[in-house]
Amino acid sequence: MMRDDLAVIYDWVPTGARVLDLGCGDGTLLDALARDKNVTGYGLEIDPGGITACLARGVNVIEQNLDDGLANFDDSAYDLVVMTQALQALRRPDLMLDEMLRVAEEGIITFPNFAYWRHRVHLGLRGYMPVSKSLPYAWYDTPNIHLSTFNDFEHLCREKNLKIIDRAVGIGGNKGNRLSRHWPNLFGEIAIFRVARRRY
Amino acid sequence: MTVPHDSVGLITPQTLHFDEPLPLACGRTLPAYDLVFETYGTLNAERSNAVLICHALSGHHHAAGYHSPDDRKPGWWDAHIGPGKSIDTNRFFVVSLNNLGGCHGSTGPTSINPASGRPWGPDFPMVTVDDWVHSQARLADRLGIARFAAVVGGSLGGMQALQWALSYPDRIANAVVIAATPKLSAQNIAFNEVARQAIRSDPDFHDGYYLDHGSVPRRGLRLARMVGHITYLSEGAMGSKFGRDMRGSQNFNFGYDVEFQVESYLRYQGDTFSNLFDAHTYLLMTKALDYFDPAADHNDDLALAMAPARCPFLVVSFSTDWRFPPSRSRELVNALIRADKAVSYANIDSTHGHDAFLMLDLRYQEVFAAFMSRVARDLGLGEQS
Repeated sequence: MMRDDLAVIYDWVPTGARVLDLGCGDGTLLDALARDKNVTGYGLEIDPGGITACLARGVNVIEQNLDDGLANFDDSAYDLVVMTQALQALRRPDLMLDEMLRVAEEGIITFPNFAYWRHRVHLGLRGYMPVSKSLPYAWYDTPNIHLSTFNDFEHLCREKNLKIIDRAVGIGGNKGNRLSRHWPNLFGEIAIFRVARRRY
Repeated sequence: MTVPHDSVGLITPQTLHFDEPLPLACGRTLPAYDLVFETYGTLNAERSNAVLICHALSGHHHAAGYHSPDDRKPGWWDAHIGPGKSIDTNRFFVVSLNNLGGCHGSTGPTSINPASGRPWGPDFPMVTVDDWVHSQARLADRLGIARFAAVVGGSLGGMQALQWALSYPDRIANAVVIAATPKLSAQNIAFNEVARQAIRSDPDFHDGYYLDHGSVPRRGLRLARMVGHITYLSEGAMGSKFGRDMRGSQNFNFGYDVEFQVESYLRYQGDTFSNLFDAHTYLLMTKALDYFDPAADHNDDLALAMAPARCPFLVVSFSTDWRFPPSRSRELVNALIRADKAVSYANIDSTHGHDAFLMLDLRYQEVFAAFMSRVARDLGLGEQS
């Protein structure tokens, strides 16, 4: 079984696409896409366990820190860049968004929605930093240094003049319900965005 | 001694003679030659499970196992070749040879030149990585191996693995390039030149005809090895191994005898090496290193040079390697990415410098084994024992 956000992305990726997966983890997504949809490309990862798992699967994996940028990838070399659950851990998420849409026409980004109602309850009512399935760390050892919300990300896309082609939410084991579709900022635990450069 | 259970055991080297002349990059032709090699494991019926090991500057064919029960040490890459190891001899048939120009049994400067009846010495033609790969392909022909499951090497050996992917794309299913570089830097060449000058300026060198004079440029070879050895280790590794420790008395004796442990170590390395290795072979191998540059024929565009390759690559570097640092491996990886080739890259955290590629390290092992087990799986060679 694929993680919620990966299952959504899997459906969105067109057959035969050239894909770059930033923070590809154990390579589950690229492996499934290569097998079923004839997708080619590379995964970038820094976690040793993830890299070994990719190698065992036959997923092309490059040990590379996303904070170092994507200078080794050419402009528009890919159809699609995917980055799942890494945005919030980057030093400059905004610059990464620029980089993603330099190397590909389209990007798919997923991140934990900080405005999810359970997170609000944690912070707003109980007065503690949220800890949840999507934000499992304590405040002092979390790699998540740039938490944001569904609305924040939409705002950034508008500022960067990016087109939001599609968005979805992941919530507790399924791809979202009516509530989360109507009020994603409140009921979506995982934000999933598909964005593209605007054509003029 | 008893042979460890994960060893390939007692090994007897084999030699094959080749009569077909081998044209070389330098323009000369080697009329005939011998190649000495070892094999570990069993070639399967489909002949699809062969792995070629390419050796580095001072390496040879004896990569794994023991030649005699009295051997103190196994082959130079025993850590990674054997039953259940990264290159699992229960699944793979491993071929490891001594390259042309070597001094461990393959035709080289110490062999007899049939034209003169005397050792080749300085008249032995210069050989390149390209030449080695062609000679290795002929060895494969004789062993009935149409295509290697993988060609694997560290340092200069990694360059051969890379060259295989470019020269014989149909005959290599996977390439493993460890602690290598797509070309030497000015600094690399500079170190090699110091080593060469040390050898060539030794009075015992006799313009290269030292064998005819019954001498060996031992002092030069010793210096060459000492300088080389410094580049194989990291500053940190040397520091933690020797620091400023003194041998014997802790007081300075204000002379030039060995005082610091590191001096003693380097002298020992130099002495051992100079008794075992041929000076011409060392000269030749350093030139082969210097000349390696697959991008040179492609406007220095490495990505363009990678075009012929069709096999997946595994590129591995080590964090403290300053001889061929991680940035050089990334150069290769990025060229392969630009050329749209299947490539994976891991940079192993290690304190051991360039020599880390010879050693055992948990993560190095995991990466290497994961890649090789995928190679075995794709070829239907069964699971790791």
